[in-house]
Amino acid sequence: MNNGKPETKNEEKILKVENLKVHFPIRKGLLSRPVGYVYAVDGVSFDLKKGETLGIVGESGCGKTTAGMAVMNLNPPTDGDVWWKGKKMADMTPSQMRALRRDMQLIFQDPYSSLNPRMTVNQILADPMEVHGMYKGEKRKERIDYLMETVGLSPEQGTRYPHEFSGGQRQRIGIARSLALSPSLIIGDEPVSALDVSIQAQIINLLMNLKSEFDLSMIIISHDLAVVEYLCDRIIVMYLGKIIESASYASLYNDAKHPYTQALLSAVPVPDPLREKNRIILQGDVPSPIDPPSGCRFHTRCPRKMEICEKNEPAMKEFDKGHTAACHLY
Amino acid sequence: MELLKVNNLKTCFFSRKGTAKAVDGVTYSLNSGEVLGIVGESGCGKSVTAQSIMGIVPNPPGMIVGGEILFDGQDLVKLSPKQMRLIRGNRIAMIFQEPMTSLNPVFTIGDQISEMFVLHRKYTQKQAMEASIDMLARVQIPSPHKRVHEFPHQLSGGMRQRAMIAMALSCDPEILIADEPTTALDVTVQAQILDLMIRLKEDFGTAVQVITHDMGVIAEMADRIVVMYAGRVLEEANTIEMFQNTLHPYTQGLLKSIPLLGSRTAGKYRKLTEIKGMIPSLYSLPEGCKFCDRCPHVMELCRKQEPQLFHADNGHSVRCWLHSGEK
Ligand SMILES: Nc1ncnc2c1ncn2[C@@H]1O[C@H](COP(=O)(O)OP(=O)(O)O)[C@@H](O)[C@H]1O
Ligand SMILES: Nc1ncnc2c1ncn2[C@@H]1O[C@H](COP(=O)(O)OP(=O)(O)O)[C@@H](O)[C@H]1O
Ligand code: SF4
Ligand SMILES: [Mg+2]
Ligand SMILES: [Mg+2]
Repeated sequence: MNNGKPETKNEEKILKVENLKVHFPIRKGLLSRPVGYVYAVDGVSFDLKKGETLGIVGESGCGKTTAGMAVMNLNPPTDGDVWWKGKKMADMTPSQMRALRRDMQLIFQDPYSSLNPRMTVNQILADPMEVHGMYKGEKRKERIDYLMETVGLSPEQGTRYPHEFSGGQRQRIGIARSLALSPSLIIGDEPVSALDVSIQAQIINLLMNLKSEFDLSMIIISHDLAVVEYLCDRIIVMYLGKIIESASYASLYNDAKHPYTQALLSAVPVPDPLREKNRIILQGDVPSPIDPPSGCRFHTRCPRKMEICEKNEPAMKEFDKGHTAACHLY
Repeated sequence: MELLKVNNLKTCFFSRKGTAKAVDGVTYSLNSGEVLGIVGESGCGKSVTAQSIMGIVPNPPGMIVGGEILFDGQDLVKLSPKQMRLIRGNRIAMIFQEPMTSLNPVFTIGDQISEMFVLHRKYTQKQAMEASIDMLARVQIPSPHKRVHEFPHQLSGGMRQRAMIAMALSCDPEILIADEPTTALDVTVQAQILDLMIRLKEDFGTAVQVITHDMGVIAEMADRIVVMYAGRVLEEANTIEMFQNTLHPYTQGLLKSIPLLGSRTAGKYRKLTEIKGMIPSLYSLPEGCKFCDRCPHVMELCRKQEPQLFHADNGHSVRCWLHSGEK
């Protein structure tokens, strides 16, 4: 395990996302013309190096899940491009697309609804192998047993159904399934949010181990800033469909530039009653992504708003290497 | 001053699966002016304890089967539904994780808060509406004159939470019970609500019992903490004592299993300590200490006999055989 420093792994970028937009049309009737759009993801660019763990944080509705889904090509982008291992997704042939589906896997937030209740664990784990025609015959059972052990379950439990497992165990099953086809990228969408604290640590440790053991690249989507700091090398902060700041975990938590990131970090309740609180309390709620504010989207809540913020959208500015933020203060 | 005393409370749920002792001998007290935090993982009996105090345990399948809840010289468990109605909402109020639990979607915010004033304070409609606007202003809802005529669905999540707090505090209750008041909220809105609750508590002089699974929220809100597990109190202490001198292996485990914001950045990277196993089912609890199957310090005695709450110094009590020497 790395001891807190981002390792300088192979600099090869396996994923590149460029100006990604996902707008959902709002229709009054089923077939009518859209009366507006939800600007769920609105011009997002980032990349991911091999072996790197990237965190995406932000409050609910800011577009984290939608961005993750678009990266997996599970909902088609309105605009922008996703490049996977040097190949543009939009140009992929069906067979390349199949390979991509094998190579990127998703871990869901809810270990209850994401497993088919009518399948045994063995069947759940065999399913992706069946679909992709991998690990045939003898090899398949071996693979399943290996996966079970990898995530800390015993192979004998494979004949049971999901409801016979606790929430934490179901999340382990979900993780085993995501590993079944030896993917290069795993996207975890709030992978520990539904779990009790004592179980969260088990799953966080498991993810840490898998990361080093299999040299996986990961994207961890979470609203929990402490979890993301713990797990990720680099972190992207989203607000209303846009990236407002991006940095290594250390620069982000030591030296957040964007007033939103600063407020977000200051707002987290810390389990230490003696820790001094310098809380920045923001006014109001996050505005609707249907009609996002002009200029800087954060201006309606920003404690440091200036006149220009209402008019012009701030450009991404680079501070130190790899630390960028979009704010007119700088 | 002791305002409320929960004494050996037992609340059960009866079903075909058997009897679930959701609350099994819980004792604690709430003092005037303090914020008491009740913390524990899901299913440990936090909400059922609160429902028992409020007299809203769903019956069937649930029932208070033992113990007492002493408030102002009377045992709430023994009160008639009619007597309880005079206390609930008026002298002891409650807010929930989901505001729509207490807000009715078909009435305006103003109607609902006014009703409290009419019912408990015998205000006229006009007085009640004015008092409602005043309450909305006190929970910092912008343009309260306008908002008072809106329906709950017209408010954002954070605003609904404020409206519910306004309703709960409208009759100036002596006790406010807040059950996971910020769990469903985003972190910046949570900060607003926590800030508001601390301020209102000072303003109104209300004693608050806050229930949460979040160790961060409890550290920031509570003066004193009760840790629950499997329907029991495992540990109780004032907040600083609880965090500085954690005695129960379960509480120790909980605190070491949480990633602390800023600690990796500060170079204090450590592997999270796991609490092994899972939360036991109420239908198959271990014989002795309910934590014994997961405890790293388990001894033979622990499996055989359940420890009582031992009282240590500084008002610290702990249900663990490791501390049986305490008193
Ligand atoms: N299929 C969809 N159709 C319409 N709107 C959607 C859809 N999926 C998500 N949204 C909207 O897009 C915005 C971003 O949602 P989401 O990506 O789920 O945010 P997050 O994961 O950050 O909470 C939200 O306002 C959400 O309501
Ligand atoms: N209405 C109900 N019917 C049956 N069992 C219930 C009901 N409400 C709570 N319980 C049981 O009581 C236990 C404690 O629940 P609760 O107090 O809600 O836990 P929490 O600490 O998460 O608030 C749970 O194990 C639950 O199964
Ligand atoms: S009583 Fe025993 S099993 Fe229970 S917490 Fe204490 S040491 Fe652990
Ligand atoms: Mg999401
Ligand atoms: Mg509860």
